[in-house]
Amino acid sequence: MAWFKKTKETKTDKKVKTQEGLWVKCDSCKEIIYKKEIDRNLKVCPKCNYHFRIRARDRLKLLIDEGSATELDSDLMSGDPLDFKDITPYKERLKENQKKSGLHESAISVDALIEGHAVSLVIMDFSFMGGSMGSVVGEKVSRAAEQALEKKQPLIIVSSSGGARMQEGIFSLMQMAKTSAAIGRLKDNGIPYISVLCDPTFGGVTASFAMLGDIIIAEPKSLIGFAGPRVIEQTIKQQLPEDFQRAEFLLEHGLIDIVVNRKDLKRTLARLIEFLS
Amino acid sequence: MIRYYLEFEKPIEELELKIEELRRISNGKDIDISSEIKKLEKKVRDIRSEIFSTLTPWQKTLIARHPDRPYTLDYINLITDDFIELHGDRRFSDDKAIVGGLAKINNITVVIIGHQKGRGTKERIQRNFGQPHPEGYRKALRLMKLAERFKRPIITFIDTPGAYPGIGAEERGQAEAIAVNLMEMSRIRTPIISIVIGEGGSGGALALGVADRIFMLEYSIYSVISPEGCAAILWKKNGDLSYEDFSRAASALRLTAQDLISFKIIDGIIPEPLGGAHRDPEWMAKKILENILTAVEELKTKTPGKLIEERYRRLRRTGSFEEMK
Repeated sequence: MAWFKKTKETKTDKKVKTQEGLWVKCDSCKEIIYKKEIDRNLKVCPKCNYHFRIRARDRLKLLIDEGSATELDSDLMSGDPLDFKDITPYKERLKENQKKSGLHESAISVDALIEGHAVSLVIMDFSFMGGSMGSVVGEKVSRAAEQALEKKQPLIIVSSSGGARMQEGIFSLMQMAKTSAAIGRLKDNGIPYISVLCDPTFGGVTASFAMLGDIIIAEPKSLIGFAGPRVIEQTIKQQLPEDFQRAEFLLEHGLIDIVVNRKDLKRTLARLIEFLS
Repeated sequence: MIRYYLEFEKPIEELELKIEELRRISNGKDIDISSEIKKLEKKVRDIRSEIFSTLTPWQKTLIARHPDRPYTLDYINLITDDFIELHGDRRFSDDKAIVGGLAKINNITVVIIGHQKGRGTKERIQRNFGQPHPEGYRKALRLMKLAERFKRPIITFIDTPGAYPGIGAEERGQAEAIAVNLMEMSRIRTPIISIVIGEGGSGGALALGVADRIFMLEYSIYSVISPEGCAAILWKKNGDLSYEDFSRAASALRLTAQDLISFKIIDGIIPEPLGGAHRDPEWMAKKILENILTAVEELKTKTPGKLIEERYRRLRRTGSFEEMK
């Protein structure tokens, strides 16, 4: 691997910039791959089947019937209940992320069709503050569940999140209970809820609505867990096994129902909806 | 008795040691120094009042974690007339970081469940420092379902640094165990009363904390992340963090009982004796019992349907956002 290190050291910022957009290094197998090839392949590594993180709106396009989406609650904006300041005040951090991502928050909520079936669909976006759940995400998820109940249509949530959002403190924590309670109402009324876990899903999101699906699906190789691997490593002072907290590991331990390739996700959701409704 | 003093209690420690020494000297001798001792005792009280009236959030965090602080089983011993501990999740094992069982308080049968930290090295390890595994949460849910079947109120005591982050915990579904508790607690058809007696550490605390009435002891804390965890994320100094950093993080997180009541997340603060609950556990237990009895009395008139609806509305209200229309 000596040659590899060397190229890394000699890389300057400029060089990276010129290469950016053309070549991408796979997070999983570390192969350098032509970006267009990955894009053509739904952002899945053609060498190792690693599923790259994708933006919520791109994911939406992959999952629903073209032009069928009506976005809901897009005007919800987070407050700053703690008046939280770290290096940047929370309000500014939100603005930065809104500008950077083109989203108001780390989740979008839509009413849409999947192969003709009406669904309530929430998709999280990891690029907005690590997909973290604050009051707005909690509210969107809860409203989506309530709407699914009202319209008697399935709820689908695609998660990708670092967990509860620290900057909203106890309010973020309470979103875990709020969303779980909203999901609970679906269980009493026979409304299917399918949870799709993507890389990465952790903390307060896994420990609330994400693990409450009637059916739980994960994308291949996604990292999914309660505590982050670094925290676990620091606690137990041991190295973690290679496949630890990967989708396949969760499947092996009986924690999820199926691992589904991105290209098959829409069809799988449609089939499950047909089975359950 | 060997007492444990926190750093900011040093002036108190010095005076109390002096009083003890004076007592020892005067013991069995003719010299009367009782007036001297009285003076010193008043001084201790004054200093303690002063220190405790201006505690910072970080100092409250340290009191919430105080090694002498009463734990769930201490309160169970003090408030119940009868108690039988029940064990195990019927699936994997008995998690000793969560205890629970059937109890009688003032002739009412209740189910009490709580996080349990240990006292002394051996018990601390046995109790995993109050950090539950999934089987702990599943045991808790099993006991809550028992309470529901027999129509008994549920009392939960919250006191944990958090759910345990370990390999076994992940393999057995830590996140799922917590999530299921949150969902099921929102639908349990019997009153639930939660009291944060020490540390309310994130999801691991909340998994016993979805309730109709939530109280916090005066110097307890409840937060989405520990001040240490928050500081590590914000200032990324990797192990180089100081008490000043933790203190700053504790303030930023707004994790005190006083903060949570101002946010309307909790229903009440139960005052502690001067110096903290460990200074007078009997008195503390009496106060806790009073609050439990009042809440039970108030909630028992509600039908299960109403109880669940109000619990749901309470959760649905929590959040801080605006609708820009």
